[in-house]
Amino acid sequence: MANGVMTQTQYIPYLAEKGLKSWILTTDHKRIGILYLITISFFFMIAGLTALGMRYELMTPELDFFRTATEYNIAFTLHGSLMVFFFIVPGIAASFGNFLIPLMIGARDVAFPRINLLSFWIYLVGTAILLSALAQPADTGWTFYTPYSIQTGTKVIMITLGVFVLGFSSILTGMNFIVTIHKLRAPGMTWSRLPLFIWASYATAILQLLATPVVGITLLLLIAERAFDIGFFDPAKGGDPILFQNFFWFYSHPAVYIMVIPAFGIISEIIPVFARKPIFGYKAIAYSSFAIAIISFFVWLHHMFVSGISETAAAIFSFLTMLVAIPTAVKVFNWTATLYKGSIDFHSSMLYALSFIVLFTVGGLTGVYLGALAVDVHLHDTYFIVAHMHYVMIGGTVMGFFGALHFWYQKWFGKVFNELIAKIAWFLIFVGFNVTFFPQFFMGFQGMPRRYATYPEEYISYHALSTYGSWILGLGILIMTVNLLIPLWKKGRPESSNPYGSLSLEWQVPSPPPHENFDEIPTVTDWTYAYGKK
Amino acid sequence: MSTHDHTEEHHTGLRVYAAVCLALFVLTAVTVYVAKFDFGDFNIVVAMVIASIKASIVALYFMHLKFEDKLTWIYALYPLFLLSLLIGFTLMETFTRVPVIK
Repeated sequence: MANGVMTQTQYIPYLAEKGLKSWILTTDHKRIGILYLITISFFFMIAGLTALGMRYELMTPELDFFRTATEYNIAFTLHGSLMVFFFIVPGIAASFGNFLIPLMIGARDVAFPRINLLSFWIYLVGTAILLSALAQPADTGWTFYTPYSIQTGTKVIMITLGVFVLGFSSILTGMNFIVTIHKLRAPGMTWSRLPLFIWASYATAILQLLATPVVGITLLLLIAERAFDIGFFDPAKGGDPILFQNFFWFYSHPAVYIMVIPAFGIISEIIPVFARKPIFGYKAIAYSSFAIAIISFFVWLHHMFVSGISETAAAIFSFLTMLVAIPTAVKVFNWTATLYKGSIDFHSSMLYALSFIVLFTVGGLTGVYLGALAVDVHLHDTYFIVAHMHYVMIGGTVMGFFGALHFWYQKWFGKVFNELIAKIAWFLIFVGFNVTFFPQFFMGFQGMPRRYATYPEEYISYHALSTYGSWILGLGILIMTVNLLIPLWKKGRPESSNPYGSLSLEWQVPSPPPHENFDEIPTVTDWTYAYGKK
Repeated sequence: MSTHDHTEEHHTGLRVYAAVCLALFVLTAVTVYVAKFDFGDFNIVVAMVIASIKASIVALYFMHLKFEDKLTWIYALYPLFLLSLLIGFTLMETFTRVPVIK
């Protein structure tokens, strides 16, 4: 699809330079992507282990694993905060976004490589603040709702300060990607030829740039209220506790799409390659990312239906929430239409992509349940919500993340993993995930509230099943991790730089790519998804 | 951007900067002066109008928005739209609450 791409076998790969300095001062987007990948994976593991601890506690109705209910509260606060702010928000956008965006558009790097490194260091400062907060962790849940977050005796300021600092990393990354996509596209890489991952990254970057400041300010107000007793949210001081929720969800609902839109982009890349067909409805998929990004700002009150908000506002937002299902369904229908009559190769990354379609659809449709005002009143703060959000976040984003890891692994690291073990790990993850979270829909429907360390006897079978599932899921992730780590210490390179026959630009350079990606900037002459024409 | 250098050279000379600076001082004085009067519920409106004019001329001249292309304008104005959403819907929610305890 392009002229001028690198074909030689003798070159210096970007991983060639050794030493700590070459990493901590690197401005190479691929290396910065790896730095993010390592950090987010670390937090994913920590947060995952916390989840396993919580599930172990919930095996029995009594409090037995944690010493006090507060310890359990701290565990789910840590799990939620780490997973949301330190893994899944920066997750795909910062790691794969960094690695792929310049390669996919035919650029040597992002528009501002030093700001890119600064973003990572700000992210690290945020994580350092958070880690220091772990000595006396908060028990508020990841949403830091007032008035509890103002009244609790646990340390709230440090963890919120960590999240506040992280926001700047997100804003700078978003700004960098927007400028990169506008200014550094190779000749011929028109908007209508752009890979869909780039469209998705662009929509995500807009959200990162424009929504993140709101949560920053909100957390700053919370800190000001705790530290200086200023009455923003406390009614006794003239504040309004629901104001916090309004501000928080104004960011945090769009943030759900910061988490999942990059995964949409990944699925749009994997499916046409392994179905050997042009993507169906290219423009519809591209524009629907933007539609989601825009609509996401109109729905935040659906998180607050039972918070005491006005019925008029609740009814309006229940209606508005339904709108977001339209562009999301557009994507799902287009992916399935791409699969139709395709010559499907069940590569491990394709298995994750197919799992994404199934699990995200379950997560999305249960979201429509919860968007319906009357149903939400019954299901709010039950395990139904827990199941729904995990079907979206693990079934959606994490499946996309795992799919991307397997799909671009050879390109990124220049190594080959064991495909059979990858498929076994996928099977365990898929089964384990469903055994963990599907029963939670039922217990939520029957009234089991979330965020409780103890519960009545009648829920024991659901909880036990869910805990067994978490062990299968954990085993699957462990096997996957080992399978992806072992080849990194082995010598040798992949036989082909483009083993899956992708037409996208990043596959036209060697694996791993050279330091500045391209010998000369390529000229793009065809659509990224022109499978079947060649 | 090449056009940026060009426009900066031709449109934002020292005179323009000085005029903008003077306007900001004058508007600050106006802010202080009108604070002496009580407009009732419109106190906040008056203060915000003057502040918005000041912010606008800073954005237009000091930050060169006046000479930028359409895309930059979109990125400058879209957050204002989002801000209006945040304030508008939050106020709508607050004002339509039915008090449970009277």
